[in-house]
Amino acid sequence: MDLDLDAATIAFRDEARDWLRSNLPDRRLASFDTAEGFAEHREWEARLADARWSVVSWPSEFGGRDASLLEWVLFEEEYYAAGAPLRVNQNGIFMLAPTLFSHGTEEQQRRILPKMARSEEVWAQAWSEPEAGSDIAALRSTATRTEGGWLLNGQKTWSSRAAFADHAFGLFRSDPASTRHKGLTYFMADLRADGVTVRPIPQLDGEPGFAEIFFDDVFVSDVDVIGAVGEGWKVAMTTANNERGLSLRSPGRFLAAADRLVDEWSRHGRPREFADRVADAWIGARAYQLYTFGTVTRLAEGGQLGPESSVNKLFWSHLDVALHETALDLLGPESEVDDWSGGWLFSLAGPIYGGTDQIQRTTVAERLLGLPRGDR
Amino acid sequence: MRFTLSQEQLDFAASIDACLTDTGPKGLAELGVPALLVPERFDGLGAEPIDLVVAFDQLGYHAVPGPWVDTVAVLPALLDDEILAGVAAGETLASIVYRPHVPYALDADNAEAKLFVDGDDLRTFTAGRLLSSVDKARRLFEAEPGEVIGKAADAARAFELGALATTAQLLGLGRWLLDNSVAYAKQRKQYGREIGQYQAIKHLLADVVTRLELAKPLLYAAALSLRPRDVSAAKVAVADAAYSAARTGLQVHGAIGYTAEHPLGARLTKARALITAWGTQGFHRTRVLESL
Repeated sequence: MDLDLDAATIAFRDEARDWLRSNLPDRRLASFDTAEGFAEHREWEARLADARWSVVSWPSEFGGRDASLLEWVLFEEEYYAAGAPLRVNQNGIFMLAPTLFSHGTEEQQRRILPKMARSEEVWAQAWSEPEAGSDIAALRSTATRTEGGWLLNGQKTWSSRAAFADHAFGLFRSDPASTRHKGLTYFMADLRADGVTVRPIPQLDGEPGFAEIFFDDVFVSDVDVIGAVGEGWKVAMTTANNERGLSLRSPGRFLAAADRLVDEWSRHGRPREFADRVADAWIGARAYQLYTFGTVTRLAEGGQLGPESSVNKLFWSHLDVALHETALDLLGPESEVDDWSGGWLFSLAGPIYGGTDQIQRTTVAERLLGLPRGDR
Repeated sequence: MRFTLSQEQLDFAASIDACLTDTGPKGLAELGVPALLVPERFDGLGAEPIDLVVAFDQLGYHAVPGPWVDTVAVLPALLDDEILAGVAAGETLASIVYRPHVPYALDADNAEAKLFVDGDDLRTFTAGRLLSSVDKARRLFEAEPGEVIGKAADAARAFELGALATTAQLLGLGRWLLDNSVAYAKQRKQYGREIGQYQAIKHLLADVVTRLELAKPLLYAAALSLRPRDVSAAKVAVADAAYSAARTGLQVHGAIGYTAEHPLGARLTKARALITAWGTQGFHRTRVLESL
C-alpha cells in the first residue's frame, strides 16, 4: 500500500498547476446561471479546451489527454485549489459523456463529444419530472414512434443549466403499456427544436439555475437514442453512479474549501469555540480525498462503482453543508454578505439532487449491508 | 500509488480472524502478531505499521483483552533491548504509562516490562491500587514512577504507534458493532416483520457504515506516514465512527444490548475507554489544527 506518485504523474500534475496559474481569468466570472456569466464560462471552457485541459480523462481524439483516473483526480485537486471557475457543462462532461462512452455509437461520440469538450454545446440533464424526483421509474413523459424517429411529449423539471443550455438528455417512456423501470428509452434532444418550451425557475439565489422543459410533439431522430430502445433505465444507471460517485464531486472541491475555511479561521484569530468544527471539516475533506484514492485503486484493478457511490454521496453532501455552515457561523454577521453564503446555498442542494440522502441511505442499507427490502 | 491492502495483508487479517474465532488469543504468537514491530535481530518480523493496523483491527473486532497496544505497538519503539526477543516469542508482556495521555497502567500485575515514559527518559513504576474501568475487561492500576533506567529509543514514535494501534482497535470494534447490528436487524421481528425492513433502522445503519468506510482510509494513511497530523485525524474520525456504531448498535438491539450477558455491552464500554486512551479527541483535533 502506498500513496506515492510516479514521476510521470507528478509531471502531469505540475503541468496542470503551472497552466492554471498562468491562465486563470484575472477576475471572478459572473454566475453561469446568468446570460452574461454563461457566455463568460463558454469562453473559459474554450480556453481550457485549446490547451486540452477541459476533458483530461477523455481519449485524445475527442479533445482529452487519455489521463488515468488518478491523473483526473489530481487535475481536479489543482483546478479547485487554483480557484478556477465552476464547469458550466458539468452535466454533459460528467454525466452524458460517460454514458456515451459506455453505450453511445461511434457516430454519436464523434458528433457530440468534441463540441461538448469546448462547450460549444452545453448540455442540461432532463431527469426529473413534477411527480417523479428520485423515483425515476415513475416517469410519465412519453416517446411515440414516428417516421425516422420519435415524438417526445411531457414535462421535465429542476433541470440545471437548462435556461441557457443547447441540448438536454433524459428518459422517456417509449412503451405506453410499460410500468416502472421497463419501457424507458434514453434520448438526446435539441432545446431549440420546434415544440420545446423552456421556462426558467429562479433558485434560492434568485438566478435561473433551474428550468422546466415542456415537450410538445418534439421530433428526435433515431440517431439520438442512446443504447437500445426500452433499455433506458440500465443506460441511465451508468450516469447515476457517476453523478453520485466520483465524477461530479471530486475531492479537490472539498479540500480547497476546507483549506479556505482553515485560513478564514486563522484570519479570525483561531477562536477556540470553532476549533472542533474546523478540525472536523478538514479531517472530513482529507478522509474523502483518501477514500477516493482507494476507489481509484479499486477501479484501476478492474473493480466497479457499485452501492459505494451512495456511501460517497452521503458523506460529501454532509461534509459540504457542515463546512459551509461552520464558515458562516465563524464569519458572524459578515457572513450574510460574504461569498461563503453563495457556497452554502449551493451546498444545501447536495443532499437533494442526484438522489436524496434518504434514497442513498436506503440503497446503502439494502445493497451494501443486505438489509431486507421493505416499504419505501 | 496503490491505496489498498495487499493480498498478503488481507490473508494475514483472515488468519488472525480465524485464530481468534477458533482458539482465542493463544495462537496469535504463532501468527507473529507480537513479533510484528520487533527488529529481526531480536527474532522479530520488522514489519511496517500498516501490518500492525491489520492486526489490531482484528484484535478490536474480537475485543481481545490485554496490554497488546503496550506490548506489541509501543514497547518496540521505546527499547532496543533483549527483552524484545521475549515479546517476539509471545512470552513477555509490557505495561506502559505515558502521561498525560495514558495515566494508568494496563494489566501491570502481569507485565514483565513496566515502563513509565517521562519525556525522553524511561522509568520503572510500582503498580498501586487496581481501578475499576468503564470497560470491565481493562484492568487498570495506579502507577508510582521510580528510578530512571535509561533513554527512550524514540518516545514520540512510540506515542504515534500507541495511538495508531488504539485507532485500529476502534475500527475493528466499530466493524463488529455494525456487522452484529445488521445481523440482528435481519433476524429480530417486531410487528410481524424483521426490524431491518424499517427505514428508520436502515438509515441509522447506513450512516454508521458511511462513517466507518470514510474513516478507514485515514487510518491507512496514518500507518503509511506516522505523521502526527495523520495519526490524529485518523483517531478523531475512527473514534467518532466507532462510537456512533456503538450507540446505533445499542439502539438497534434494544434492551438485550443493555444486558451484561450480551456481547454488545462489552464492545460499547471498550469503545468508550479507547476513545480517550492515547490522546483524547480534543487533543488530537488540536494537533490537526496546529499542523495546518
